[in-house]
Amino acid sequence: MTSDNRHVAPWHSRWILLHRGIHRETIIGWLFVLPALIMYVLFVLQPLVLTIHYSFYKWNGVGPKTWVGLKNYVTIFQVPDLIGTIFNAFWLVVWFSFIPVGLGLVVASVMHRVASRRFGSIARTVLFLPQVIALVAAGIIWGWLLSLPGLINQILKAVGLGTITRAWLGDFDWALPAVGLIGIWVLLGFCTVLLLTGITKVDPSLYESARIDGADWFREFVTITVPLLRYEIGVCLTVTVIAALAAFDIVYVSTAGGPGNSTAVPGIQIYILAFTQRAIGLASALAVMLMILVVVVILPIQWLSRENKI
Amino acid sequence: MRVARAELWTGRAFILALMAITILPFISIFITALHPSGTVPRGLEWPADPQWGNFVEAFKVAEMPTLLLSSTFIVLAVVPVSLVISTMAGFAIGLLRIPGSRVLLFLFVFGLTLPFSGIIIPIYFLERAMGIYNTRLAIVLPLIALYMPFAVFWMRAHFVNMPTEISEAARVDGATTWDLFWRIHVPLARAPIASLGILMSIWTWNQFLLALVLVEDPTQRTMAGALGAYQGHYATDIPLLCAGTILILVPTLVIFILFQRQIITALLQGSVKG
Repeated sequence: MTSDNRHVAPWHSRWILLHRGIHRETIIGWLFVLPALIMYVLFVLQPLVLTIHYSFYKWNGVGPKTWVGLKNYVTIFQVPDLIGTIFNAFWLVVWFSFIPVGLGLVVASVMHRVASRRFGSIARTVLFLPQVIALVAAGIIWGWLLSLPGLINQILKAVGLGTITRAWLGDFDWALPAVGLIGIWVLLGFCTVLLLTGITKVDPSLYESARIDGADWFREFVTITVPLLRYEIGVCLTVTVIAALAAFDIVYVSTAGGPGNSTAVPGIQIYILAFTQRAIGLASALAVMLMILVVVVILPIQWLSRENKI
Repeated sequence: MRVARAELWTGRAFILALMAITILPFISIFITALHPSGTVPRGLEWPADPQWGNFVEAFKVAEMPTLLLSSTFIVLAVVPVSLVISTMAGFAIGLLRIPGSRVLLFLFVFGLTLPFSGIIIPIYFLERAMGIYNTRLAIVLPLIALYMPFAVFWMRAHFVNMPTEISEAARVDGATTWDLFWRIHVPLARAPIASLGILMSIWTWNQFLLALVLVEDPTQRTMAGALGAYQGHYATDIPLLCAGTILILVPTLVIFILFQRQIITALLQGSVKG
């Protein structure tokens, strides 16, 4: 009996001590997370839930809200100008994403083959420049370059293509590609430099042996660079696709969605609906669709690029 | 290197051409800014009489000192707070691995792909109700929150890779959780904290949508937000618009040239981890 007591007592007290310790640790740990969590809940999760909530109502922002169920979503699918913003966003993906990533791969592999260390680092800095300036500034600069008296038309005239000059951002057919061009300018350097760091991580002996075998640039590109950079390509695609689908700054300053609705993307349309037309419910429904769209497009890219990667 | 001479030079010419295309827009607006105010200059023509005064004029019109102060204030309000609270959260989730870490991590990561325009509408109404609409706080508070997914994820990625021996040794010496955090792990995390700070400073400086929607007064905005307002007023006077744009770009460009290595590395790491 006595031996029993002696055994139980220390075990018991240690258990309490341990339990209390764990409990205390947990509380302290959660206190560390709390400030970040509170901010996140207040200004991100709460608005997220409210956006979904608003999307089921007809509301002008001041008066009473009227419950309309899924009507706002139906309206978006029915009105060509609204659903058209989603199509425009996908079009923009081609310009903001496919071209910078494809061209970036080519440029990075060329740089890796021909650039000396010094030249390479200067090129890196210069090409990266558009990535650090505000997108608004990029939009303003290109708004001027692509205007009727701007540099692009001057160059076209100089090389004898004077007949095709136009106000590129004011042309129904050309405004979206013109906005896309701004995106290429901003994102190409970022993709190039990111892919270049990927290439330098590839085992140099692979390139060495390819060159000893007399492989030219193209062979090297197809057999080594592209397959081994799967992860970096995935990262580039993720960043640029989000930039395209959620585009706002560049479009707002260069075309504001016009002419007509030819460059209206969801971000712009949400802004116009909510803050100039006061159609809060409809704007919120479009916002919900945009957020779902981004997740639906990004998940497969993430999944494909991380597969087979430890 | 077994690269043929001809290929070497075509390759370099190709890169040089790309660099020229990247730089040309900057040169074009610089030259345009030197033309007489109110005229519509052509392409890359150097003006007969360069109007350096345009920069002075734009400096006055754009209220540059006020704008610089406003932007700096917003950066100084957003970045340190974001750094402290995200480092604490990353520490608890990645290193202390408190119960519920997985759920917390998932919750934050979920916010990574969220476009700002998706949640801007309720933020507008919340801030009107809170009475902070049209103040700098209207940009500062949501911006801190919007950085949390990335910042917590970034700091957690650092802490989760720290060897546990360091913490155990400190515990044996009787360190409290706060000591462990502040005296041991924060000094060790200096590099990722610095990169995160650089990233968030650039993003804040360049933030446009929040400034546009939540602050009407351009002098209370970020640099990018003010530039948007400036464009609205001077859209017709191209030389002055270009001069103003250059002035607003100068701080960013100077910072980039001074810290190019850190900035490029930070931006690349940021996207790879995120």
